[in-house]
Amino acid sequence: MAGPDRQKIQQLLADLADAADGAPDMALMEICGTHTVSLFRSGVKSLMPTNVRLISGPGCPVCVTSCGYLDTACELASRKDVIVATYGDMVRVPGRTDSLEAARGRGASVEVIYSARDAVKLARENPSRNVVFLAVGFETTTPATAAAVLEADAAGLENFFILPGHKILLPAMEMLLSAGDVPIDGFLCPGHVSVILGAAAYEPIVRNHHRPCVVVGFEPANMLDGILRLIRQVAADEAKVENAYGVAVSEGGNEPARRMIEQVFIPAATEWRAMGSIPDSGLALREPYARFDARAKFGVEFGPDYEPPGCRCGEVIQGKLEPDRCPLFGVKCTPTDPVGPCMVSSEGTCAAWYKYNRHRPGR
Amino acid sequence: MSQSPDSDNKPNAGKVVLAHGGGGELTRQLLAERIIPKLVNDLLAPLADSAVIDAPPGKICMTTDAFVVQPLEFAGGDIGRLAVCGTVNDLVVMGAKPLALSLALVLEEGLDLDVLDRVMDSIADSAKQAGVKIATGDTKVVERHSAGGMTITTAGIGTLPASMPPDAKTIAAGDAVIVSGLLAEHGLAVMIARKSLGISSTLASDVAPLGGLVDAMIASGGRVKFMRDPTRGGLAGLLADLSEQTGRNIEIDERALPLSPAARHASELLGLDPLTVANEGKVVAVVAAEDAEKVLAACQAHPLGRDAAIAGRIGETNDWPLVELLTAAGGRRIVQRPYGEELPRIC
Amino acid sequence: MCLAVPGKIVEMLDDGDGDAPAVGPVAAVDFQGSRVDVSLAMAPEAGVGQWVLVHAGFAIALLDEDEARETWEYLEASGVGEMPEQLKAGSSGDIGGQ
Repeated sequence: MAGPDRQKIQQLLADLADAADGAPDMALMEICGTHTVSLFRSGVKSLMPTNVRLISGPGCPVCVTSCGYLDTACELASRKDVIVATYGDMVRVPGRTDSLEAARGRGASVEVIYSARDAVKLARENPSRNVVFLAVGFETTTPATAAAVLEADAAGLENFFILPGHKILLPAMEMLLSAGDVPIDGFLCPGHVSVILGAAAYEPIVRNHHRPCVVVGFEPANMLDGILRLIRQVAADEAKVENAYGVAVSEGGNEPARRMIEQVFIPAATEWRAMGSIPDSGLALREPYARFDARAKFGVEFGPDYEPPGCRCGEVIQGKLEPDRCPLFGVKCTPTDPVGPCMVSSEGTCAAWYKYNRHRPGR
Repeated sequence: MSQSPDSDNKPNAGKVVLAHGGGGELTRQLLAERIIPKLVNDLLAPLADSAVIDAPPGKICMTTDAFVVQPLEFAGGDIGRLAVCGTVNDLVVMGAKPLALSLALVLEEGLDLDVLDRVMDSIADSAKQAGVKIATGDTKVVERHSAGGMTITTAGIGTLPASMPPDAKTIAAGDAVIVSGLLAEHGLAVMIARKSLGISSTLASDVAPLGGLVDAMIASGGRVKFMRDPTRGGLAGLLADLSEQTGRNIEIDERALPLSPAARHASELLGLDPLTVANEGKVVAVVAAEDAEKVLAACQAHPLGRDAAIAGRIGETNDWPLVELLTAAGGRRIVQRPYGEELPRIC
Repeated sequence: MCLAVPGKIVEMLDDGDGDAPAVGPVAAVDFQGSRVDVSLAMAPEAGVGQWVLVHAGFAIALLDEDEARETWEYLEASGVGEMPEQLKAGSSGDIGGQ
């Protein structure tokens, strides 16, 4: 199997070791579930110098989806006239007492789709039933939902709805830095969210908090390059935005995508699992598209958030706790028998840790 | 659309109905016209309640399997081919020579008879290719929405030479782990065949009977200590089991793993780890270190083993044995058996 | 939620769904053997031969072919042949109403 150029990687690793040598201990946070997984899967995490700690932030959109959202999704799935359309990531995540997987086992219609467009197609092909699309994800995915709503609108569909759950990244980054609970020396910024937002979007973080921000892709060499740049900045006490993923990310980002988001959505306060409500951190449908909100159609509202006893996902997703420091990790909370979303989601920090890292079973 | 003889304007024309499973005239017709003629052999011919088979001296190997794949037909194969090859392969990796299979069909009312015809043809072809006879069978029909169109359950028996099965207790540090060819093709092909994903691909299932390949590997004279086919759970599941069974670490080299660009790309698209995706035409073998090249060469000389490679090595015993992957980037990470249903992700 | 994969536009489609309006053009994108219908709503200027980065059925960025190969080193320099009819999505085998 072809892979990254070994020489290139060796060079990057050597440069990285040089840059880290003599530098202070540092914590670099990635805020993208795909980064969490990619860093583990590629083995890059195992190659870090001892003074460089990579911590995971709230980058897994499924993990930060509140219990109330899941419960409402399960309730809607249980209605005979509803087909819930969802990305695969959501199916196993437990709400307070139910999950989509369990609901499906009881006969609920839960369709796993690859694209928001498929949800619209599902609605067209099933005119006698209502399709509710679980709209979760950060800015990479939000424009797709916006496009789906616009398409349903243009087609005059009356059986297509979304359960709004999209989140905005920057308010979460600001919140983490303002709370100050976790020392964060720099950010690996999510490559594909940045395709939409543009590298310039991180300027406020640099300006207001003096933290370096490097936009990074997902291939091993690219991730190493991004980390190298961060280390150099931290070591020199610099703070600026750097774009290490220029092949896909521009300064200004994807304008048509942002225009669609603007047209369909408006920022709103949203509950993040175990982090409470963060102002302007989520997206609600604008008035012309309000009829696509499943809550209005079915007369439901999101229930309260809920933390299972002993669950510390909230701390894990904020980078306050490493998975193997949670007393439940690997003992009461495992991927086959999970307590919280961080262990269930394929991109959850705990799941990634359990799956890819060294650990003792039953610890 | 339907080419079958009873295709006309009658409401149930060309479809399976409940009465086909009733044991009466329609059942007799279904068996006589669409099933038995395709499977005909001396063991089946008496059509008695049980087949009578000459039992050679020594041990008998027996296996059973159920097949519930959706969709029923996919690039590279169908549920019928899967049923024959899957059962046969469970026998051959034990070093057994397959003797006979049983075949129980559960058909769903409303199934197109054309589909049944194609699946039966596939079963017949696969059995011939595998050199095995369908000795006995059963056919039932259930209500709509109860069986996904069709499910198949099999049992298979085979004869074991005295030297078989391979003894996994002799596995030692340094032994080579050989993978017989390109990974992940079956699972990906089946997932892509589900219309809901809107993806089409050149990928096709690798489903195939492995008797010839296994014979070639054993005939090479190298010491084969363990064989298994990496079906559900993929290579990751198999190695996790092996690691637990032997109490040894296993190290795999990502760069040595045979994976086609198409499979690599499809995995990326669907967010799947190719190590966890099912294979239906591959063998994983543990071979004594000094015999590794010899067995590998025998594998590569066989049409089903052309892309075979030494994927890694068995390591030392350990209180907590782990399977570790040396990544393409030169780092390391643990490989574990997948948790269950691998769903296409966008994350 | 960031899985995005580079591919090449091989065909422009009318709207992918035959009779329903779409928000922008739709194209068939090839990923070295796998083919997906992708909306170009966020990359309306893309045309046949253009490399794009695809996420969940949408092209989110245009890619320069050489840069793409450099970044995603597993990309093979190969041309793709015609997709055989029987391998296209929509193959027979499902029973009606399933």
